[in-house]
Parts: sequence; structure tokens; C-alpha cells
Amino acid sequence: MHPILKLLVQRIALGLLLLLAVSAVIFLGVEALPGDTAQAILGQQATPEALANLRERMGLNEPPLTRYFQWLGGILTGDLGTALSNGADIAQSIGQRLGNTLFLAGCAAAISVPLAILLGLIAARHAGKWPDKVISGITLTTISLPEFVAAYFVIFIFTQLIPIFQPVAMVFPGMSFWAKLNAIALPVIVLVLVVLAHMMRMTRAAILNVMQSAYIETAELKGLSPMTVIWKHALPNAIAPVVSVVMLNMAYLVVGVVVVEVVFGYNALGQYLVDHVTKRDLPVVQAVGLIFAAVYIFLNMLADIIGILANPRLRHPK
Amino acid sequence: MADPLLQIKGLVIEATSYPPGEAPKQVTLVHGVNLTLERGRVLGLIGESGAGKSTIGLSAMAYGRGGVRLTGGTIHLNGREIRLADAKALRALRGREVTYVSQSAAAGFNPAKQITEQVIESSLSHGLMTKPEAEARAVALFRKLGLPNPETIGKRYPHQVSGGQLQRCMTAMALCPRPDLVIFDEPTTALDVTTQIDVLAAIKEAIRDTKVAALYITHDLAVVAQVADDIMVLRHGRMVELGETGQIIHRPTQDYTRALVSVRSLEHVEKAPAPPILQVQNLTARYRGTTFDVLKNVSVDLPVGQTLAVVGESGSGKSTLARAITGLLPPSAGRIVFAGRQLSADLAGRTKDDLREIQMIYQMADTAMNPRQTVGTIIGRPLEFYFGLKGEARDKRVQELLDQIEMGKGFAGRYPAELSGGQKQRVCIARALAANPRLIICDEVTSALDPLVADGILKLLLNLQAEAGVAYLFITHDLATVRAIADKIAVMFKGAVVRYGQKTDVLTPPFDDYTDLLLSSVPEMEQGWLEQVIAHRKMESAGN
Repeated sequence: MHPILKLLVQRIALGLLLLLAVSAVIFLGVEALPGDTAQAILGQQATPEALANLRERMGLNEPPLTRYFQWLGGILTGDLGTALSNGADIAQSIGQRLGNTLFLAGCAAAISVPLAILLGLIAARHAGKWPDKVISGITLTTISLPEFVAAYFVIFIFTQLIPIFQPVAMVFPGMSFWAKLNAIALPVIVLVLVVLAHMMRMTRAAILNVMQSAYIETAELKGLSPMTVIWKHALPNAIAPVVSVVMLNMAYLVVGVVVVEVVFGYNALGQYLVDHVTKRDLPVVQAVGLIFAAVYIFLNMLADIIGILANPRLRHPK
Repeated sequence: MADPLLQIKGLVIEATSYPPGEAPKQVTLVHGVNLTLERGRVLGLIGESGAGKSTIGLSAMAYGRGGVRLTGGTIHLNGREIRLADAKALRALRGREVTYVSQSAAAGFNPAKQITEQVIESSLSHGLMTKPEAEARAVALFRKLGLPNPETIGKRYPHQVSGGQLQRCMTAMALCPRPDLVIFDEPTTALDVTTQIDVLAAIKEAIRDTKVAALYITHDLAVVAQVADDIMVLRHGRMVELGETGQIIHRPTQDYTRALVSVRSLEHVEKAPAPPILQVQNLTARYRGTTFDVLKNVSVDLPVGQTLAVVGESGSGKSTLARAITGLLPPSAGRIVFAGRQLSADLAGRTKDDLREIQMIYQMADTAMNPRQTVGTIIGRPLEFYFGLKGEARDKRVQELLDQIEMGKGFAGRYPAELSGGQKQRVCIARALAANPRLIICDEVTSALDPLVADGILKLLLNLQAEAGVAYLFITHDLATVRAIADKIAVMFKGAVVRYGQKTDVLTPPFDDYTDLLLSSVPEMEQGWLEQVIAHRKMESAGN
């Protein structure tokens, strides 16, 4: 077996194992809370008989291990259970919102990742000179603003000063792709501003680190232009650290943007989770928690895999 | 007469240095050097580190490494002034008229790209050839330079070929765009002596066949004598002497050149046999998680107060032997007997006295010292640890040790960064001596030093041996060093000792094949030596 294949299989197996462990932690965490689902449904005033009946009906008297595997089996077959608060099918409620979440995150990533890397390359090219200082200054300013402040700034600028976008990001099924894009323009701008600096700084640092190498001097002495040297010789060797930071930020775009969703009234997963936390709707919290964990694990695994594939020593063993 | 290819007049090169704890200051690296190179000639630039030879070499491309600035004089290449040329004009000449071969091809090649892609890059970026033409030329150059599988080796990545092969690939990279001038910056220094000879022969042949001019930079006079038509001796950024190669090595006119020529003539008379302080018996060892023995049944003895030189190429197991003796790598079989007692195989089982009596000195003095500790702290640490010395008693002993290594007063308060390479190695020796050891393992301790400085270190080690009666296990790949210091020699090859005995016996024929190869590969300061050795080897292999 090619050693790289072995590494990849190992990495994927590790990711799945981690996911399993996380599911157990989520299940145990909810188990450890005082009261159970039956109590949550019937409330404090429920009679013991009613509680016992409901527990019997919901299978809550089974040992925890059995219930864990039932829950796990349900997830694997696409059944996330029903929400306590409104009896809706969780998988269905999540499906639509997860689509919205991924759409917003995808659009923000599609703009911010190339932009951050480009700015990082330019900053590295002119390290210590004014373009570097301007880029670093602006991105550090935007990352220092709390998201809601940035959001209101953006709303003010693009709905009052230059009224070209809607302040509320309403999307619904049946909207055309372009209409959707137009609707989420403002939250995308806010998210880009928030995640840009981290990725840009990492790109800059990784490139500058590589620029110390002897092979960069070799490239310069071939008479290549500075941007060619950075693009063709430095960037391929700086991929791994850049990708790992990119993936962390993408994970943030999926799981950490509830504030932005609320400000723009965007109906996505973050808001859904927060709503159901306040309602003590444990099955929903469990399901969304597991999805967020899966996103984190998947993206980090992806970063690892890209890092492995980017290493010529692993790709082409002796 | 046409313009010379390269004419440098009154070249002044400056840099900004940042001494620790002081304000940055301007230092002049090169003070008004003049140099003329005709087409097709090879000029050797020779000197110790800090002589400015690489700096001058790179000035032929108007390139200053790091913060180095070419501040004065003129540099004419192909009749054009280039010192003050703009960036665009410089890019047009770099990689086209002048190319560069660096000391470490392993570092000079981009690890993420295939070899051919890098070899033909400048030919393509300057629009000199089409891609198929350049690739064909690369293959032709690989063949000329004696690389195995010239058709396919370029498809490999740098880490997939050996150091010697990569150095030839870099030479091919420099020759590919058909430059007028190639700068060779210590191209064989990082190679094993048996590899160096082949690379040197390949480079020499390529220079002759392509009629390219070259600046050949090295600190090794014997090497440059093989390839250069003329030699310029440099010291502290000034020219000491310039002349034809034969004149420089046979009739030098300057004292400094004479010192360089006679360096390495240190001879050491071996001592009479004595009882052993260290006995290594049938040692076999492998690194954890591997199935390959890096030491195979190694047995050597080291007499009290004498020196055993362990010689071999990189990968022969020399340093692994040291790791096994110090307990860092527990052997899988065999015993180590020290001063009559058997040592525990691993470090945890050794007593404090076991540890104290065996000390080590490393190749890179730089990395073997904590840069944030003063020399006094560095040397004082073993005094505290082993003998509980404190305060004045410790400081007094530190000063005695500094006197022993001939460094005198005023050094205890300094930091490693303020010392020269030779001084750093001396401090490491003092640190080892501080423990009052009976055996010091010296791992390539002079390899990173200039020849004259290395000679000083060897003399110091011999003096200390005479005074303190300490024994040395001296690991080196350099046979001149062995002659200068050893009483006994063990030649290692692929983890096994292939020849072992008193120095004179080991260095006297008849030799086994490997020792013969090793000994005959050491460059001699004689023009034509390279051709003789290569011709001799061809004859022998034809005879077999």
C-alpha cells in the first residue's frame, strides 16, 4: 500500500473515531442534566403517573447504553427524532436551515479565502513597507470590531449612504440564485471582514518563513520576478499552515455566526440552535451539536489531508 | 582586445550588523577588490569564512545576500556596468548571463517541485528555449554530468536523489541556459570525500566542454587547485595574492598563503599501546521502530589518555556509535566496558560518575550552547552539577578552564553570539573539561571550522590530552584530521568496522577496497591529481 494512502486512511479513521467520541460526550452531557425529556415535556407540575407513562412510551426506562445506540442508529439512518417544543421532525427542520448556513458560509469563504491569500502574498512581497502596513492595519481593525458593530456599520453604509442592498437577509425556497445572493450580500460582507485578518496574517507569516530558505535565493538568482518567486516557489511550501487556518475559519463560518444571523434575520442553524437551547429542547440541541462537531472534525481532517498531500516527501517516497 | 567577461574595480561591499545589546553598525565586508575574468577561464576564490569570497562571487550578479549592499566601485559584465543597474536589468542577466551553484543543493532546490522543472526554469523564463528544447538540454546535461538514468532522473523530487546527485543536478541547472559565467559557491564542501571526487570531476569536465567561465569559491586549496586556472587568495575582504594555480600552491609569495598551503601538515606521533579505558565489545544497535542494524558487531578499544579516530562517510554509523557509548541509544547486543566496569546500556541505569566521566563535544558549537546564557554560566553549570561548586570557587575554576582553552580574561561575561566559531568550540571544550572526564567523545568537532582555526582546536585538544590524560573518541570524516590527532583508527562503512588498529598500521598498505577508496579520494594539493585518480580508477575497473 502506498504510504500516503495508509496515512490518509488513518486520518479518516481517526476522524470517524473522534466523531463517535464526540457523540458519546454530547449524549452523556445531556444525560447528566437534571431531569429528563419526559420531565421537560410535562413540566414541573406533572404527576408521577404521567411521567412514568411517558417514560415508558418514549423508552426512557431503557439503560443509557441502549438509548445511546438507538439515538446513534437513528442518526445514521437520517432520523434525528422530533423536537419537544413543536413536535416537528428535527431532520426536516435542520435540512433547510443547514442549507442556508452552508450557502452563507460558502459565499463568505469563496470571497474571503482567495482575498486573504492574495492580500497575504502582497503583504509578504512588500513586508515592512507601506502596502504591508496598510493591509495589516485594515484587517486588524476589522477583526477587532465585534461582529454586531461591524454589521451595523455595513448596514449603515450599504443601505443609507449607498443604498444598494437590503438590511434584512430574507431567503425562502423558490428564490432565484441571484436573488439569494443579493439578499445575503450584507452578512457575507460582515463575515468576510471578520475572518479576513486571521487567514491573511497566517499566509503572510508562512510565506515570510519560507522566504528565508535557500531555494528562494536560487529562484531569485534565476532572474524571476518577486511575485513569481512567491507564487511558484514560496506558496507551494506554505500550503499546510495556511490551509489549517483557512479550515478553522471555515468552521467558524458554519458554527459561529449566530450573532450575524440574528442581526440580519437570516434563518439558519445558529439561530435555530439558540432558540431551542432557551426552550430546553434537548433532542434538537443534541442533533445540532453533533452536526457542528461533525463540521469541525471534517474540516480539520480536510486540512490534515491537504497538508499531507502538499508534502512532496509523503507524496513521493524514496 | 575585446572587453573581459567580468571586470570588477575597487569593489566595496557593506552590511549592517546587529551586535547583541548594541546599536546596529555598518561593517565593511569587502575593501576595494579588483578582479578580471576572461571568457572561458576559471578563477578560484579562496579564503576562510569572513574573507568575503561568497560576497564577491555574488557581486558578479550584483546580488547582496540579506542586508548586504554593493556600495562602491564598478562591476562590468559583458561590457555593461551592473552595480547600479535597476531591478529589471538585473533580472534580465541573472539566470541568463550568470548563474549560481550553491553549497547545499539539498537546500537550494525547492522541495515541492520536480528537478527538471527547476533545471529548465530560467531557460524558459528568459525565453531562451522552448520547453522541449530545454528538456532535451537538461537530459543531455544530466548525461554529461554522469547522473544515473539521465532520461528520468529529472522527474524525481529533490529528496528522492542523493546529495552528490543533487549537486550535479544543480550544476546542470546552472549550465542549462548556456550562461557566460557560472559561480560555484563551495559546491562540494557538504559532500563526503568519496562523493566529492566524482562531483568535482563532473563539474570540471562540464566546465571544459561548455567553455563557460567560472568563479570557483572554496576554502579548500587542494580542491580549487584541481579546477582553477588562476587563484585569488582573500582575507578579511581584501586580496592577499593573485596568481596562476601552480604559482599559488608551489611558490606563494605571501605569508598568509603559505599558511593556507601548509595547513593540515600537522603530524602526530602515535603513542605506545596502553591498557584500555573504554572497551566496546560486539556492539549491535538499531533505531527504535526500524529493522535495520545501524551498528553491526562493532568492537574497538580506546587506551587511557589516547585518541581513537572513528572515520567514515555520512551514514556509516560513527555518530550512532557515540550515541550507544553515551547511553542515548541502548544497543540490542554487546557490552560497553569503561574503566573496568560494565556500563548500563541505557542512560537511566548509569551513575552520576558514569555520566561525569564521559563527556561530549559536538560539531555545531552554535546549537550546543544556550544562546541566552553567558560563557561563565555555560562552563559553570557542570561545576555546580557534578562538584557542587558555587560562588567564588566556581568563578575561579571557570577562569582556570578559560585559561586552559587559551581564552583568558573577560570572556566569562560574554554570550555565545559574541564569539567566533573557533572560540565557541573552545567554550564547548571547556564545558566538557569542567566535568573532569576521562573520556571525551568529539563528534566532527572541527568540520564546521576554517582550516587554520581547526588546526588551532586540534593543537589545543592534543595539549589538553598531554596535561590531563583524557582519552578522545574522535569521530570525523576528514582523514587529514585523523593523521593529526589519532593513535588508533577504526574505519567504519555501513555500520561495521572494516579496518581497525594502530594509526600507522591502518594507514599503511595493503588496504581493503573501502579504505583505499577513502584514502585515495582525499584531494591533494597538486594540479592534475584529479585526472590521475579518475584515470587510475577507470583502469582498475576495466581490469576487473
